[in-house]
Parts: sequence; structure tokens; C-alpha cells
Amino acid sequence: MMEYPNQSGFRQLPQVRMRGSAMEPSDPTQLFDDTSSGVNKHEPGRVGKSPDVFSGQNLLSDPMSNLAMAYGSSLASHGKEMMDKNLDRFIPISKLKYYFAVDTVYVGKKLGLLVFPYMHDNWEVNYQQDTPVAPRFDINAPDLYIPVMGFITYVLVAGLALGTQNRFSPEILGIQASSALVWLIIEVLAVLLSLYLVTVNTDLTTIDLVAFSGYKYVGMIVGVVAGLLFGRMGYYLALLWFCASIFVFTIRTLRLKILSEAAAEGRLVRGTKNQLRMYLTMAIAAAQPVFMYWLTFHLVR
Amino acid sequence: MAFTLYALIQTAILFTNAIAVLHEERFLSKIGWGAEQGVGGFGDDPGIKAQLLNLIRSVRTVMRVPLIAVNSVCIVLLLLFG
Repeated sequence: MMEYPNQSGFRQLPQVRMRGSAMEPSDPTQLFDDTSSGVNKHEPGRVGKSPDVFSGQNLLSDPMSNLAMAYGSSLASHGKEMMDKNLDRFIPISKLKYYFAVDTVYVGKKLGLLVFPYMHDNWEVNYQQDTPVAPRFDINAPDLYIPVMGFITYVLVAGLALGTQNRFSPEILGIQASSALVWLIIEVLAVLLSLYLVTVNTDLTTIDLVAFSGYKYVGMIVGVVAGLLFGRMGYYLALLWFCASIFVFTIRTLRLKILSEAAAEGRLVRGTKNQLRMYLTMAIAAAQPVFMYWLTFHLVR
Repeated sequence: MAFTLYALIQTAILFTNAIAVLHEERFLSKIGWGAEQGVGGFGDDPGIKAQLLNLIRSVRTVMRVPLIAVNSVCIVLLLLFG
């Protein structure tokens, strides 16, 4: 919005050109408008104040502009800290940072574990004085980096797959993303509900469950890419391999968290409670391949 | 199957409404799902049925007032936008 308030009693000073270098009329930022009448501060309540200040000084040494910048920056920092405080109540930001403390070695090892979990024998998460160790130092710890990246890559690969079949349009990306997100939310809610019903005393947080549900995107991506390269047979083979590996991965990871210690070590412990928990673990693990197939079969023709 | 977030919200509202309209004495007690019948065992293992009854009762108590607000908002929005 270009304002040119006409102030007739005003000397038009040539030095106003020194204010900022972008003085061409096409520049949309207000602060550098070529307001030939000399009023450059388009802030509320500041139009027309102290005209004699503009004589021969450039922008940064104006006391008025200093004041304006100080006010603006204090407003911004105040708003930012208020937003941080309020946002922290809904989404625990500090806890989220733990899940993104990864490095390349961890990501590589974890991906290898997702592809081939059969040789790994120690699945316990190391603890450091009651808090889990950061994923950078422990390969068994859950992280959110791989699930988030996997989700985004899945949406892109879905768009690619649909594009090769001439079914692509930009809205498809949004539809795929929200559809996959909704299924993720449904799955996490179902797992939470079943954990509540079986009264499992576990330290699995919601974010942990999101992380574990997000690991299947890796297999889905590889399956779809294999389907693009090698046709349906490649898709089915890759999907079969990854279904088996995510099944084993989920069981071995969740077994330690859900079952009691005795049963988790492999010894058979009788009792309905442990049996129920074992069924629950197997059900969660069996749901993963189902979701993997459900979310990808329409992409490969 | 293209689910949208809006469909998820709709599903959630419908589910919560369904749980909220189950009448305590006319229906739940008749089929043995009344609130007082689940709290029998005070051991460390309440069992699935007791947990489920607990869940239903707490959802009904907690969500009654927010559901009124959410339903009113839904009614107004659906009237305006079809």
C-alpha cells in the first residue's frame, strides 16, 4: 500500500534518497517507500511526527527510527516468549528435542536394523539415571527423525508413482499426506486405547508410539520404489520382505516394554495377564504389515 | 481410501456423542455395564471389563459439557455452510 500523504508545509529534502537503497517504486516493503513527501515511518501513530529529524540523516541514525526498531524488536521477543510458553503446554518441545538428537551413524544403523533385524540380539534401551539415553548413543532408542523423513518421502514417492500413471495433480499430494496422517493418528489412538484397557504399566509415551508406528514408512517407500522399477512382482517381493522384518522388529522392541521382565527374557510365564500382553504385542505387530499394504497397494499398478 | 483430517474430527465427534448418550440406568445397568458393577475387584488387576466401564463412565462425565459446546458449533456451521 503506497501512501503519499500530501503535507504542504513540508520541505522536500533530497537526502531522503539515502534511506535504504531500494527506493524504486516497485519495492513493496513499506519502510523503503519512496514517499516523496518525506514521511517514511508507516507505523501507527507515527505519521507526521518531528519533521525536522529527517534533515540530512540516513535511516539508522534517526532517533525515531531507533526507537521504532527497539520497540519492534522488543515486541517481537515478547510475542515469541509468550508463544513459546503457551506452545510448551500443548506440545512438549524439550521432550521432542530428545527424539531428534540423532546423527548419521545412528540413522544408518537404524535403517540397517529395520531392513534386517534378525541378527541383533540386545534390544534393551540403555538408561542414564532414569532417563533414556539419547538416540545418538543407543541404537535401540526410538527417534522421530526417521519417521518424519519417512513420512515426507512417502508422500513424495506416492506423488511420483501416481505421476507415472498419469493420475497426478497437486492436490493428490495433500490428500495422500492427510490420509496417511489420519491412519497414523488412528493407529496410535488404537494402541493407546488397548494399552489402557490391558492396564500395562509401561513407560511408553505417546511420542514413542508415534515413532514406532512411523518406522513402517521405510518399508513402504522401498516397496513402492521397487514396484516402480520392477513392476508388481518387485513390489510384492519387497513388501513381503519388509513386512516380515517390521513384524520381527516391532515384536522384539515392544516385548521389552510391554511384557514383564520374566516373560520378556523368553521364559514361559503362565498367567492370563502375560498372555494378554503377548497377544497385544502380536496384534500391534501384525497391524503394521496390514497398514503397509493398505497404504501402498493403490500406488502400484 | 482418502481420509481427510476433517473426516477424522467428524468421526471423533460422532463417537464421543455415541458414548455420551448411553443412559446410565435405563440401558447400562440392564446389560450389566453399570458404573457400580465394574469396581468389584480392588486387586491390582481390574480386568478389561472394569477398565472399559471406567472409561465409558469417565468419558461421559468429562466430555458432557465440552460436547455441548462442540455440538452447538457444529450445528451452526452446518446450518451456515451445508
